[in-house]
Formats: sequence, C-alpha cells, structure tokens
Amino acid sequence: MENSLDPAPSLLEVRGISKSFGAVRALQEVDFTLRAGEIHALLGENGAGKSTLIKVITGVFPRDAGVVRLGGEEVAPRSAKAALQAGIATVYQEVNLLPNLSVAQNLFLDRQPMRFGIVREGEMRRRAKALLTEFGLDIDVAAPLGNYSIAIQHVTAIARAVDLSARVLILDEPTASLDRHEVEILFGIMRQLARRGIGIVFVSHFLDQVYEISDRITVLRNGRLVGERETASLPRLELIRMMLGRELAETTGARAAANDRPPREICASFENYGKAGYVAPFNLELRHGEVVGLAGLLGSGRTETARLVFSAERADGGQAKVEGASVRLQSPRDGVRHGFGYCPEERKTDGIVAELTVRENIVLALQAKRGLHRPLSRREQDELARRYVKMLDIRPPDAERPVGLLSGGNQQKVLLARWLATAPRLLVLDEPTRGIDVGAHAEIIRLIRELCDDGLALLVISSELDEIVTYSDRVVVLRDRAHVEELSGEAIDVTNILAAIAADGAAMQEARA
Amino acid sequence: MTALLPRRGLAQILALIVILAVDRVVSPQFFDLRLQDGRLFGSLIDVLNRGTPVALLSLGMVLVIATRGIDLSVGAVMAICGAIAASLADSHSLPVVLAAALGAGLVCGLWNGFLVAVLGMQPIVATLILMVAGRGIAQLITEGRIVTFSSPDLVWLGNGAILGVPVPIEIALGMLILTGAVVRGSALGLLIEATGGNARASELAGVGTRAMILAVYVWCGVCAALAGVIAAADIMGADANNAGLWLELDAILAVVIGGTSLFGGRFSLVLAVLGALIIQTMNTGILLSGYPPEFNLLVKAVVVLAVLLLQSPKLSGFAGIMARLRRTKP
Repeated sequence: MENSLDPAPSLLEVRGISKSFGAVRALQEVDFTLRAGEIHALLGENGAGKSTLIKVITGVFPRDAGVVRLGGEEVAPRSAKAALQAGIATVYQEVNLLPNLSVAQNLFLDRQPMRFGIVREGEMRRRAKALLTEFGLDIDVAAPLGNYSIAIQHVTAIARAVDLSARVLILDEPTASLDRHEVEILFGIMRQLARRGIGIVFVSHFLDQVYEISDRITVLRNGRLVGERETASLPRLELIRMMLGRELAETTGARAAANDRPPREICASFENYGKAGYVAPFNLELRHGEVVGLAGLLGSGRTETARLVFSAERADGGQAKVEGASVRLQSPRDGVRHGFGYCPEERKTDGIVAELTVRENIVLALQAKRGLHRPLSRREQDELARRYVKMLDIRPPDAERPVGLLSGGNQQKVLLARWLATAPRLLVLDEPTRGIDVGAHAEIIRLIRELCDDGLALLVISSELDEIVTYSDRVVVLRDRAHVEELSGEAIDVTNILAAIAADGAAMQEARA
Repeated sequence: MTALLPRRGLAQILALIVILAVDRVVSPQFFDLRLQDGRLFGSLIDVLNRGTPVALLSLGMVLVIATRGIDLSVGAVMAICGAIAASLADSHSLPVVLAAALGAGLVCGLWNGFLVAVLGMQPIVATLILMVAGRGIAQLITEGRIVTFSSPDLVWLGNGAILGVPVPIEIALGMLILTGAVVRGSALGLLIEATGGNARASELAGVGTRAMILAVYVWCGVCAALAGVIAAADIMGADANNAGLWLELDAILAVVIGGTSLFGGRFSLVLAVLGALIIQTMNTGILLSGYPPEFNLLVKAVVVLAVLLLQSPKLSGFAGIMARLRRTKP
C-alpha cells in the first residue's frame, strides 16, 4: 500500500478514525491519506462510510477516536466553518449556496469588501469576475446564482472554497447532476487546482469519471478501510470487487438478448402529444412488457417527456390513449387512476415525504388511488410494507423508520414500492439509479427487467447510456426538447445513441473517442 | 384510538401535571368538586369549561397547521358566528340558529381555503384578510351594538349541563371524538400529513392536495363557528369587538404546545386539545392566585418556552446522549 518512492508529501493524514451512531459503527479505524496536488477518489457503496468520513474530517460530526493531520499539524475542527478556516473546504452535491443572491454575493458572503460599513458592490463584482475568470467562467456575476446551471453553481462553490485559501478540497458527488460537457469543465478546473498543489478528494459513483480524473483511490466498505490503490494499476473489476466484497461481472456496453420476444399489446400511446415551450409534440407507444429508454443530454426534454406521459404536466395538444381508449390526463390523479406510476428524478423534493415512515410512504399512492373513504387498515399497511421491504430488500428493514433517514438507494426502492403497491400498468422512472451505489444500482436494473417480464410497461430515463442500452427494447433519443430518433433491436448501442444526440459533430467525436 | 395518542405526549402531560400541582398550591380548593342544581362546579370544571373555545379552535387549527398552513381568522369567524347566533336566537329555533352560524363558519372556511388552495396565496396573508374583515362583518351584523338574547335553548348551550357536566365541555369532547374519527378513521390523516410533509411529492403520488387543503380550512371554519356560538351563549350576547379577540393566537399556541410543527406534517388532535387545556389551566391558576392578570401573559410565555424546550430536538438529542452515557456505565 505504501509507496516508498512517493514524491509528494502527505497533505491530509487521517489515522484511526472511528465513529458510532448509537449502536451503529459507521467508521472503524479508518485511515486516509491525501497528498498535495493529487486527485484522490473516495469510493464505496451507500452506507460504506464516505459521507461520515467527510463529515468527521470537517468537524460536522465529532469523532470518537483517531487523529486528523493537515500538513503535519493536528487539526480538530468543531464545525464546517472551522474546517474551512483550517483549510479544508467541502462542496456537496446539493450546492450550499443561496440561489437568490448574486454570484458575486455568494462568492463573498460573510466577507464582503466593506467601506464605512457599506458593501462595496463594484469592488465585489470586480473581484468576483477576476476570480471566476481564473476558473474559465465568463458570466454576469451580478445575476442571481439560481439563474445559472448546476455546473456553474458548482464551480462558484468551488471558487469560493478555493478563494478561502483551501488546501484540501472535498467534492462530494459533484458530477451527479452535470452533463458530459459540464463534467469536462469541472474536471479541467480540478486538474488546474491540483497543479496548484491543492489536494482534492473526489467522491463519485461514476466509475468512468473516477478512472478519468483520479490519481489514487481509497475504498471503504461497511465503515472500514478496504484499501488504497493507484488508479492506473487498479483494474475496474478489482475495484468493484473491493467495493462490493464480492465478484460481480462488469456490465459491458453489450445489450442483453431481450428483443427476440414477440411484440406485445400497446399499453399507452401518445399521438402528437406535447406542450408549447416544454417539449415538442411527439408520438410514443408504450407496450406491455417493454422498456423504452429515453436518452439525451440534460435539458433535452427527457424529464419533460416523462412528466407529460405521467400527467404531472398537462399537454396542450395531442391525444393520449390507455389500452386503446382515449383519456384526458389533467393531473397526477388522472395518471394514477389510469394505472401510471412515476419515480421522479428529484427524490427528496418530488418523491419521498421524509418525515413519514417507510410504511406510510409505501402506501401513499395506493391510498390516494383508493380514495379517502376506503382507508387501508393498519394490518393491510403493515402487510404491504413488510412485503415490499422484503421484496426490494429495503434496509434497514424497519417499516416504521422515517424514510428521510434512509440512504438514497433505499429511498428509491421505497418509491418503487409505492408504485408497485398500486399494481400499475405503466411505470415512468426518471434516473432511477442516480446517486445510488453499485450494488443497489445492479439490483434496480435487475428489478426493471423483472417488472418488464411481468408485463409492465416501462419508460426509463437515464444519463448512463450503457445502462439504457442494457435494459431497453427501444430507445427514444431527444435533442433540444424534441424527440429526434427512435432506435430498436440491433440498432441500440451507445455509438448510435450518441450519434443521434449529436446536433453537430462534437458528440460524434466523443462517441468515437 | 391509539393513533390519537402518540408516544410523544409526555412533555405535554408532564407540563399539565406540574401546572395543576402549582394551581393546587396557590388554591387549596382547586380539585374540589360539588354538585349544585344538577351541575358540577369547581375550578377543574371551570378550566374545562373556559377552555372549550380555544380547544375547539385548536381542533381545526391543528389540521390547518398540519398542511403547513395557518388560519389567523378564527377569532374573527367566532365573532361573526356568535353575532349571527345572537341575532337569530330569539326569533328562531335552536337548529336554525346553529345551522346559520355553522353555515357561516363553513363559508368563511371555504373562502380561506379557496384563497390558499385554489389561488395559491400564502396562508398567513390569505387568512389575514378575513381576520381583519371578519370583525367588520360581525359589527355590521350586530349594527355596532352588543346584541343580547334570552332564548333558553341557546343559553342552555353555554350554561346547561348533561349528567352534571356542562354542555360546552361535552360539545368539545364530542368534536374531538368526531374529528378524530373522521381524520384517523379515514385516510384523511395520512393524506393531510403527507400533504404537509411534502406537497409536491404528495401531489405526484396522486393525493388531491388542493381538496385536502380546502377541507382543513372548512373544518377550521366550522370549529371556529361552534366556538363562537358557545362563547355567545356563555355571556348571553354577542360583542363583535371582543368575541374571540386574540384567540387565534391561543389556538396556534395550543397546537404548537401540542407538538405539531408549524412546518406541517405530523399532527396530534389530542395533544392540541391538551395544549389548549394547559393554557387555560394557567389562566385559571393565575386568576385564583390573586396575582394581577398582567402576570398571566408573562407566566404563559415562560411555560410555553419550557414546553417547547422539552420538545426541541437538540435538547432531546442531549438527553439521549446523557441516557446512553448512563446506560454504558456499569
């Protein structure tokens, strides 16, 4: 594990960190070493202890045992702010900035240039502009941060952190909501910062990105250190084995042979369906026992299509049919009544009711469908919860736990359970595997296939093309809020999808590369 | 009915016991009860009797707050419905009087619900409209006078007794049971909690969140109407200026003391009513103690602070750590 020819000095040394929450041992004697100028990936399944480790290092949680040394000196920050002052900055997946304030105000929040007790707006903007230029951003710093894409918000958060003289930069799932191009921008900035001697901890579920950007990898599993390796000399299968602790065949881009089945009946069809300014009118047929993948860049109209199909959004033209009969889809209630289900991309804001228990979250859609006057008895609720907790392997298997306390993967399973309980005919899944660890990821993909074999019609959105190729019977490709191509059978592969996404030559090159 | 009484009622019950104990100290006869003319008398009965308006208000308010809303107009609705009841009492039969007053409350609730659920106004602003206008409407009904009545039926509603227990107490208890049965006996409770916990997610799950929100404001209006009728019956008259004045704040306080968060979600009917009783027990205790009523407000604030501290997650986290330390020690 140790490299005696190690050229770079250790910047951040974490030794023997332990942390328990009640009876749960979240971290046990974990070591972690970050060198100056390196990009170090911190990997592990959900619940492996990555977030806890970060929070212990940055003082959000007090640690039970262990030391943290920064540049050889022991540090014990007692809050994220103290950690920042010590030189350890963290940027979380959900950017912790204020979308209603301007970019410049966000950058200089809490340390605005003042004169006579008055904020010097001009000076602040000038400095903000200069700072962001270093990061290759040329934007209007006076505009509210919320007007910009997540990528720019991330870069702003990073710029703020680095400008606060951070020596260690921790990026927790920074790329989860970025498209390919935005990821490139972020990676460029990360490399530039690493050259300046900043040590970067990169937490991600995207293994491709880990291989692309990181120098070394540390893997945690069940709160313990599994190992620390050089990225270049760690085969991908070996890495997955370290993360999962078991052999798992790497999913290749090849698609499973599933298209030799006879064509099924149409479950729902949409003709010339669309909404002005939202997504251009499209034709879409969804069949029982068939998975239709929606591919496209972020903002290409994937989510918009999904919301129209489910009835979360009202179409302003076109015809929808369910099992051959014309229907009007005005609100989610209509969708639910016709046997549609929708797992939205934003689990926290659009999916779970965090305060309610796993049981209550599971029965919610079924109860809404049955109506007020036909309440599910507590016995029926318990029975439903028990069945789905077991079937989907929801952990911890405690149906009375508030769902907000579960990990992302398990929350996703609860949402799936919510819809499966309604015995739907069509399920719309928007990024069902986003932000979910490798194990749960494979499981959800297996579930998608199983559900489909049971005769369900599925419409699935994913940014991971490999994934879409694996389970889709047909793939609809979107670009600029319009359906531009439909691939089926042998034509479904990553190269073809990329070619269809590419409005110009750029993505084609990416496809070939 | 176990769903009505969640595990988390301990802080409120403790608070009530402590206040009762203090009341016993300042007034040794506090727990004495006597039967006179077929009606029970005593400080405890007085607490329950005087507590009914706020208890009734809190029954509606707790549902509104569970949907992440608030209803500032309940005091004004009390005044309107009290005025209607008083104006009609001597010329119409009790069922007509009640139907008119409760119907007015229902319309008030519909108005609030329409503004919040259909027009999407912020609840605090939407209900402020009726809070201000309502008192004006009540004054128009009474033509600026204090309307008195002598209808024995309506007077009985405020001062009568069944089996020795004053009628208002029985009405409040009946409303608690009715509301509990409707809310927990149907799926309403779950859907209200889901709506308050995450309206967007609930809507996407097919919950009719608008209908849910409309319904709770209507119910709140009806509860306020009943409270208004009882308040009018109690004094045999309607005073548009003072009926239910500031009671919306007591109702909100009762709900908060009852542990329902102003951010919506989980709610408890029983604890909200318990909150109302805590407030009234304090009020009565201070009156009995002979201290000037000005102290009432101060003491109220201190007790509220104490109950809220007992509920605060930080403090209970601290208590949890202490408990664990004690457990791990041999």
